[in-house]
Order: sequence, then structure tokens, then C-alpha cells
Amino acid sequence: MLKPRDENELAAAVAGAKSPLRVQGGGTRPIGAPVSGDPLSVTAISGIELYEPGALTIVAKAGTPLAEIEAALAAENQRLPFEPMDHRKLLGTSGEPTIGGVVAGNVSGPRRIQAGACRDSLIGVRFVDGHGTVIKNGGRVMKNVTGYDLVKLMAGSFGTLGVLSEVSFKVLPATATTAVVLINGLDVEQAIAAMSRALCSPYEVTGVAHAVSGVEGHPVTMIRIEGFEESTTYRAAKLQTLLAEFGDSDVETDPDRTRNGWAWVRDAAKFAGTDGDIWRISVKPSDGAAVASALSGADLLFDWGGGLIWAEVAAGTDIRPMLAEVAGHATLVRASDETRTAIAPFHPEPAPLARMTHGLRKKFDPRGILNPGLMG
Amino acid sequence: MEMPTPDPGILAKKDRIVQRLQSVLPADAVIHEETETRAYECDALTAYKCPPLCAVLPANTEEVSAVLKVCHEEGVPVVPRGSGTSLAGGALPTADCVILGVARLNDVLEADYDNRVIRVQTGRTNLSVTGAVEHEDFFYAPDPSSQLACAIAGNIAMNSGGAHCLKYGVTTNNLLGVTMVLMDGTVIEVGGAHLDAPGLDLLGVICGSEGQLGVVTEATLRILRKPEGARPVLMGFNDSEVAGACVADIIKAGVLPVAIEYMDRLCIETTDKFAKAGYPDCEALLIVEVEGSEAEIDEQLGVIMQIARKHDPVELRQSTSPEESAKIWLGRKSAFGAIGQINDYMCLDGTIPVSSLPYVLKRIGEMSKEYGLQVGNVFHAGDGNMHPLILFDANKPGDLELCEAFGAEILKLCVEVGGCLTGEHGVGIEKRDLMGEQFAPEDMEAQMRVKDVFDPAWLLNPAKVFPLDVSATRRSEPPRAA
Repeated sequence: MLKPRDENELAAAVAGAKSPLRVQGGGTRPIGAPVSGDPLSVTAISGIELYEPGALTIVAKAGTPLAEIEAALAAENQRLPFEPMDHRKLLGTSGEPTIGGVVAGNVSGPRRIQAGACRDSLIGVRFVDGHGTVIKNGGRVMKNVTGYDLVKLMAGSFGTLGVLSEVSFKVLPATATTAVVLINGLDVEQAIAAMSRALCSPYEVTGVAHAVSGVEGHPVTMIRIEGFEESTTYRAAKLQTLLAEFGDSDVETDPDRTRNGWAWVRDAAKFAGTDGDIWRISVKPSDGAAVASALSGADLLFDWGGGLIWAEVAAGTDIRPMLAEVAGHATLVRASDETRTAIAPFHPEPAPLARMTHGLRKKFDPRGILNPGLMG
Repeated sequence: MEMPTPDPGILAKKDRIVQRLQSVLPADAVIHEETETRAYECDALTAYKCPPLCAVLPANTEEVSAVLKVCHEEGVPVVPRGSGTSLAGGALPTADCVILGVARLNDVLEADYDNRVIRVQTGRTNLSVTGAVEHEDFFYAPDPSSQLACAIAGNIAMNSGGAHCLKYGVTTNNLLGVTMVLMDGTVIEVGGAHLDAPGLDLLGVICGSEGQLGVVTEATLRILRKPEGARPVLMGFNDSEVAGACVADIIKAGVLPVAIEYMDRLCIETTDKFAKAGYPDCEALLIVEVEGSEAEIDEQLGVIMQIARKHDPVELRQSTSPEESAKIWLGRKSAFGAIGQINDYMCLDGTIPVSSLPYVLKRIGEMSKEYGLQVGNVFHAGDGNMHPLILFDANKPGDLELCEAFGAEILKLCVEVGGCLTGEHGVGIEKRDLMGEQFAPEDMEAQMRVKDVFDPAWLLNPAKVFPLDVSATRRSEPPRAA
């Protein structure tokens, strides 16, 4: 395994590669088509470079453990706004997630609906492209329109355009208290309507999810509010009134229970260790019910007010033909290597977009050595 | 500011190009008489002017596609234009280009409150997007100062920000999808009402590409429910560094105001005369605004006022009515106009780490003396996006050049302290030749590769963003006249 210790060694490793490389951070997110190639680990390029709480910015080398970054931020009562998912339970992996891996997968959690995705908080990158050249884009200020925004392009490119060496984020103050409004027993259609009602309210909800079968085995709809204590209490009560027609609701404010509940949603933990394949479906929230009926029988978890749907289906099932009438896309996140070879894990793009994507890959990685085929 | 020599071959075939454009557009959509093309000779960077070969005003995606196809076949450069409010010269024509204005593309296509999105044609103005949804208590968050006039197309091209982006983000954070026409006429759909990309984040690189990758004709934008209320507090300080420290303390305290605006003495005095906002007599002024219910606002402003008091403010005034709030904002929002009443000015847009604010303000003050030109500072303090306004006299020979040299020094300083050349206005031609201060050649090469993919012939707005010598081999340089 190649394990460069700094950016220069990383550049030399890529420039000197004679065959494809399988780029990895902590190895906890084996998403995409299986890649054969020499493993290239970025984990030795690690450490927080700069953290300015007063400027809400942090800069870290790509191999820095996510836990190290979250601990440094927590010490200043701040956090990554986008609440990155931990894939270990869902994918049955072990190891230490890295911040570079989070960026490579544009990994975001329930707060995405209010605070944006990883790509929205990401303000700077340094990476090594397929030529072995070090490139920087963006920086460490939160407003920057100087030149093209390759920062966004790198987020979610799964190491196929370049190998990240350093990333910078805009961070936010952590919130003092959390309250969760819970409604039991809604069917999907009712749940989507309730979630939409909450999202269309002025009460700044930061998490809106619905499990067809929650921890206790029945349908549960969860709406999260965060902030100063008086404010969360006030907004939770307002939401209860607003959602009264959907049935009785409870408000949970216990810090451990709310944290664990949202980690369960964030990590799609209900699918840990199950037998089926796991798909991640991204649609317009109001299409959630259409997805549910098209996939009747599948176990579903709705996040982002219904816009993000986790579905467990029988191994080897291609759900895309069933969803042909619904705009959006579906990613096969967990399946055997054979299935992920037979069914493209990333949603095939329409021809003109595929041409752009292919063109960009050709430009950034002309030799086709960076995670070739991973994204299709 | 150097611009490429117009291609004599294109100038010579103007009649044919106009005729072909007339064959795909309604008669009144092709503007080619010299007296009329003059209306498109510049944008809000008025120091540079050049009438285009002609201007076209298509009314839908199909017409945009037809125009681009003709221009592609004829090898004519195209400069897309929103409302022409760019301060960076993003819509400055060359004599051999076709200006493609999106002014007629101004419909709302769909307002979808359940999914909190609106789909509009991109010639629509920023403020009128909010106008289309505010009866349902929704709004479109990015709010550039020019929002009354600027078009969504230009907002997308420049990834525009505004005063409230500390909380709501800039255009790229509120843009979910586009219909875009490539230079060869191909129409592509990127994104939609869902929240993330299926593959590479093409939308992310399209936003902020300054009209160099394609012409965006329709956009799906995120709309938000209006907060229950908002209230600003005005703070005056006798020292700019103290004001800067107060900003950092507020942010560290865990409150996230929707806006933190800063004005210095020159701006305070000038705008107060102009807008009569009742600003205090002091060195630095902050406007801090928070949102929520009355009780939530009280709670947040309580924390903020307590922090401010520790910094010995000369004035600490919380708005007590919507009229007072409007008055507090009036001064800030009319700052550029007020300065413009007394002088010509150049507005810079560099962003710096908030921690460098005191140092950069001090250096700008020193440089102001060295250059003998006054500077007013008014900016978004929460995110470090500065707007130094350098005053000069356009009628005085040499003053513009002196002002530009001073501006370049300030922008270099921004880069030196870890910031960037432009936070929300874009590079255009204004900062084009300074790109090398921020980027190594390979950094620019990586960006230009993206244009190679979207616009292989480099016909879309080709003389912007990248220094001319850097992009020379890619642009089809016309043969020099013998």
C-alpha cells in the first residue's frame, strides 16, 4: 500500500503510478463500483493546520480523523454544520473515518435541510490531480468567488478527479439545547405532509425524518429544533400546535436520547447488519409517497423531509426501472461486489451530462488511474 | 485594462451574422444599429466601454439555443448579460462579440411551496423572485445590494452574496438546478428540486463561472419561510479595532446573527447626510441583526448587547419598531449611493479572515495616506467580505490609474493575509490581471480545463477571469493585421 506522509510524497506517488490507484482515507465508506488498483492511503497526511473559532474556520489535512476535528470544534462549542454520517454501522466497516473521506463522498446528515451539505460548508481544497500536480482552489474565507469553484466539484467526486490533501470548512456555533417533536403511527403520505408543514413553518427545524418502522417497531415521525433553551421550548410548542391535526405528539428534550435518535437517522443505523441491499434515493420531498408505493414492501427511512430515502430491498434488485416516473436519482450504497459490478452504483446520467462528466475526468485524470470506474 | 484585438474577419461579416440571427429571432430581438448597440457598451464598471457587434434578446431557451448555434458556427464570441449591474465588468463587450441579454426571460415557471422551491427564467430580478412568493410568507435568501435590478442569471454567473449570507449562504447554497445552453446550442438540465447531485457536482462549478461555461436560462431556487420577525441593533465604537474584536466575540459566543455589517467614519458621515439614518458620531459602526419570535430575539440580543457593553460602545441602540429597523438599514443600504453623490469611487470586494480585520483596516488607512486618496469602508464583517470604496476624480488625469493601483495593492493585501480577491462581485476584467496573485499557473490551468470541456472553442465570454496571456493559447486569437 502506498502511504505518502505529506502532499509532496502524495504528488510523487500519483505522478509515478504506472497502474490504477484505489484512493482511500479510513476505508469506512466503500461506496461505488469495486475498484481494482494499488491502495493509496491518505491517512498519514494528517493534522489540523489552523482553527480560528472567532472566524468560524478550520483547515485540516485530508487524512485527519473526523473524530479529531469534531473534538477540537466541540472544545470551542462549535461543530461541522452538515452533521456528517458515519457509514460504519450501515456498511459493516471498521476503521477511523477521515475528513478527506467525508469530502470525497460529500457526506452530509439530517441538518443538510437547514445548514447545507458538506459541499456548502467546504470553502477550500488542495488536491493532487491525475497528472501528479498539486492544485489549490478556494481558501479559508467563507465568501470567495475568485475563479471557478472547483471546491464544489471536488466534493462528492470520490477521488476520481484528484486526491485531496487538505480541506477547509466554515463551521458554526454548536447549539445549547435540542428538542424533538415525535408523532407516532403516520403512514407515508401523512408523514410527508406533516414534515412539509414543519419545513414550511418559520420555526427553523434542523432535522425532519420519518421511519416506516422506528426503534420500537412502529412508524415514527421526528422533527428537531435546536437553539437556546427558551427558544427551543417555544418552537416545539408552536410545532405541536401546527401539527395537531396529525395526531398527538410528544416532545423529547433529553440530550442523550435526542442525540442518539438523530445519530440513528443520520447513520441509517436501522439497516445495520440486515440482509438486503441498501439504496439511497434523492427526490423532491413530495415524491416520497410515490417512491414508497413503487417500492412496496421495502423497509424505508425518510430524511430531509422526505427528500432523502433509504430503502432496503432484496439483494440484487435494480430499483431504477421501478422509479422511472420519479425525477431524481438512486445510488446503490450497500450490495455485494457482484451486484455493484452488475448494477451501476451511481445513477447513470443523461447523455449530454455524461459527456461533460467524462470530459472532466479526461482532463483531470487523463491516464484514468484515480479510482477508475468507481462512479461509472 | 487590455482587451483582445477584435477579429477583423468577424467585423467584416457583421451583416451576415445579423441576418442569420434575425432568421432565428423576432425582428425586435436583434439590435445592430450603432446608435442602439451603445446601450450595451458597459455594465456597472463604467470606466470601460465598447459597443458590441450586436445584441440579441431571446425570450426562451429555444431562442437562446438557436442564437448560440449560429454564433458557434460563425465563430463569434458571445458575452452573456443579465441586468448589467456587474461591478467587475463581467458583461463588458468586445467589438467583435454578440451580447446575449436575458432580459426577456423573466417568467416564474413554478412556485412549489410544499417542496420549498421556485423555478424561474433567469432574466428575472433577484428581488422579484421574493416578490413572487412573499404573499405566502416565503423569500429567496441571497440579497445583493443591487437586488432591485440584478438578474438571477448574473447572480448565478457571479455566485452573488449579500448582507444576510452569514446565515443563509450565497447563491450556490440556494441554487438547486439549472437549464443551461452550451455554446454549441445543446440544452442541458443539471439538478432539480432534489437536494444533491447524482454524480459530479456540475452545478457547483457552473455557479460562479462568470458566463464562461454556458448560458443559464432557467433556475430552480430554494425558497425559505420568512422568520417570525427580525430586529437590528446599532453599535457605535470609537476605535475600529474594538469593533472588530466585538464581531469576533459575538461569533464566538454561539449566537449566529443573520447579518453583521460594518461602516467606518467616512461612510457613517456621508450616508447620514444622505439618508438621515441618525447614525452616531463615531469611528466604527456595527449593525447586528437577529431573527425569530419576539422572545427569541430578546434572548439573542440580550447575549449580543452584553458582549457589546464589554467593548465600551459610544452608542448601543436596539430598534423598537419596524420604522426604526428600516431607518437603521437605510443608511447601510444607501452607502454606495451616498458616496457616489460626493465622488467617483471604485468598490473593492476582497475577503479576509475575520481575525485579520484590525490589521487590514490599519494598512488600508496607511495606504490611503500614501496614495493621497480617501477610502470609505463598509462591509459584511461577519464573513470578512470587505468593500473598501476608494474615492477618486474621474475628470482628473491619472486619478483613475492611481485609484486602480491603490485597489490592486489592497487586493494583494487581502490575499497576503489569507483571503481572496473577490468575495461576491466576481473577477470579470476588473480583477482578471490579479489572478496570478492568488493562483499558481497550475491552479488556473485546472480551472481552464473545465472551460475546455464546456466550451472547447472558448467563445463564451473568453476575455474575462483569466489573464489574457494565460488564456491566449486557448482563445482563438485573430490573425494580427499586417
